[in-house]
Amino acid sequence: MAIISIRDLVVEYDGRRILHGLNLDIEQGETMVLLGGSGSGKSTLLRQIIGLERSRSGTIMIKGTDIARCSQSELKHVRRSIGVTFQSGALFNSLTLEDNVALNLREHTELAPPIIDLVVQMLLTAVGLSEFGKLHPQELSGGMKKRGAVARALALDPEIIVFDEPSAGLDPVVAAELDELILLLKQVYRMTIVVVTHELTSAFKIADRMAMLYDGAFVAVGTKEEIKNSENPHVKQFLERIPSNVAKTTAITDFLQRYLEAPEVDQ
Amino acid sequence: MATHLERVGRKTLEQLDYFGSLNIQLWGTLRSITKALPFLGNRYRWKASVDQMLQIGVNALPMVALMALASGFILAMQGASELRRFGALHYVIDLIAVGFTRELGPLLTAIAVSGRSGSAFAAEVGTMEVTEEIAALRVMAFSPLEFVLTPKYVAALVAVPCLSIVCGVCGIVAGGIFMFFSTHLGFLLYLRYVLTSIALRDVISGMIKSIVFATIIAQVGCLEGFRVRGGPDAVGRSTTAAVVKSTFLVIIADAVFTAIFYFFIGKP
Repeated sequence: MAIISIRDLVVEYDGRRILHGLNLDIEQGETMVLLGGSGSGKSTLLRQIIGLERSRSGTIMIKGTDIARCSQSELKHVRRSIGVTFQSGALFNSLTLEDNVALNLREHTELAPPIIDLVVQMLLTAVGLSEFGKLHPQELSGGMKKRGAVARALALDPEIIVFDEPSAGLDPVVAAELDELILLLKQVYRMTIVVVTHELTSAFKIADRMAMLYDGAFVAVGTKEEIKNSENPHVKQFLERIPSNVAKTTAITDFLQRYLEAPEVDQ
Repeated sequence: MATHLERVGRKTLEQLDYFGSLNIQLWGTLRSITKALPFLGNRYRWKASVDQMLQIGVNALPMVALMALASGFILAMQGASELRRFGALHYVIDLIAVGFTRELGPLLTAIAVSGRSGSAFAAEVGTMEVTEEIAALRVMAFSPLEFVLTPKYVAALVAVPCLSIVCGVCGIVAGGIFMFFSTHLGFLLYLRYVLTSIALRDVISGMIKSIVFATIIAQVGCLEGFRVRGGPDAVGRSTTAAVVKSTFLVIIADAVFTAIFYFFIGKP
């Protein structure tokens, strides 16, 4: 049985349809990468999956609970089994890294403070930040913030972990380190991982299956190989990085060419 | 004509939406207020409340004291210049004592706190919205109202009345200094006159006002922060809106309460 099951999901903002009846199953323990260009609806889908927004049409079943229809207490319960790392990390600036990671444990468990400290140290070591626990988020680099956010998301030992654009704004080396961390989570913790990204290198490295969103609809869902070999024009365009508006590109090129060929004007 | 009506209708709906949100937020905060109290509540929320009290109260003390001293001198000098003509200079004491206890203490404090802390609340919460910290709180199964707003509200409920008392005392002291230099009235005698001028009703009305003002400042500041959408420029707009709206609402609330105390509770 799928741990996340999306059926006929429709999302509209002010009468404008953003997601058009999406259907997707994510199996336990698999890494699903949601691919798509800017404005394709992948962030909207992510906000639906983590319960930040609730659609009026369609269902999102997480561990058998429809999070679009459930009560607030049921939603709270489901949320404790999902860890989320946001694009910016979203660590709380008023707390140290240690306190950020400890927050879930202090608030949602009855663990004694020494045990919490121990768990926090283990988590920070797992993400390679054991020496930086006393620092505040503003003293950390972008990559460290994201790894810190992973440690915080892992604190309650969630079954599902969701990454929003994990490699955005990171240099290739740090992005690769984060990919390794995601692979580690899959191998060691056997978590179900959902990654929203448009970074193809990362996507093909970490994914078990991929779903490609275009204009609010899935145009391809399948394994890495199936996506790579897809004949869908939108998938091909995305994978081969073909500009969507060739006419606009040609016009810009023409303009630049004319500008460069124009005789110099004496000042 | 239709366009004009539409615009008026839209504005009215926006204002109703704003006041509705403010009310929902206030009830949400009141429901979770026990979590930010000492002994009863969560240790970390209470610690956050104390930190906020230091920021709202202690750090604002010099500013409020200076404002009160300056306003006390102004009120005393303006009052004296008119009352002297009628040989009623001693009424300056009543003017300052009652004026600062009932009115100027809470009002000056509220204006100072609104400019200082209301804008800071909006900026802090707005930045948390922009950096997805509020979204992170929600997905971590925390209530942003309980986590962010309630400690600030509890702190404002304690700090604003305390600052109002300090403001009142500083204003009265300024009046005493003026009376000493203008009429050679001894300070102890001045204090005795002050104590006879002030009734318990004046102190209570001042305290009620400052609690209401604290509620307005904390709730409006945080609501403006929670309503931030977009980037850093939206945070800037929210801080301005927080100061403008909270100052406006404080003055309206002051007028309403003064009218209630004047017409219904008892005329002086």
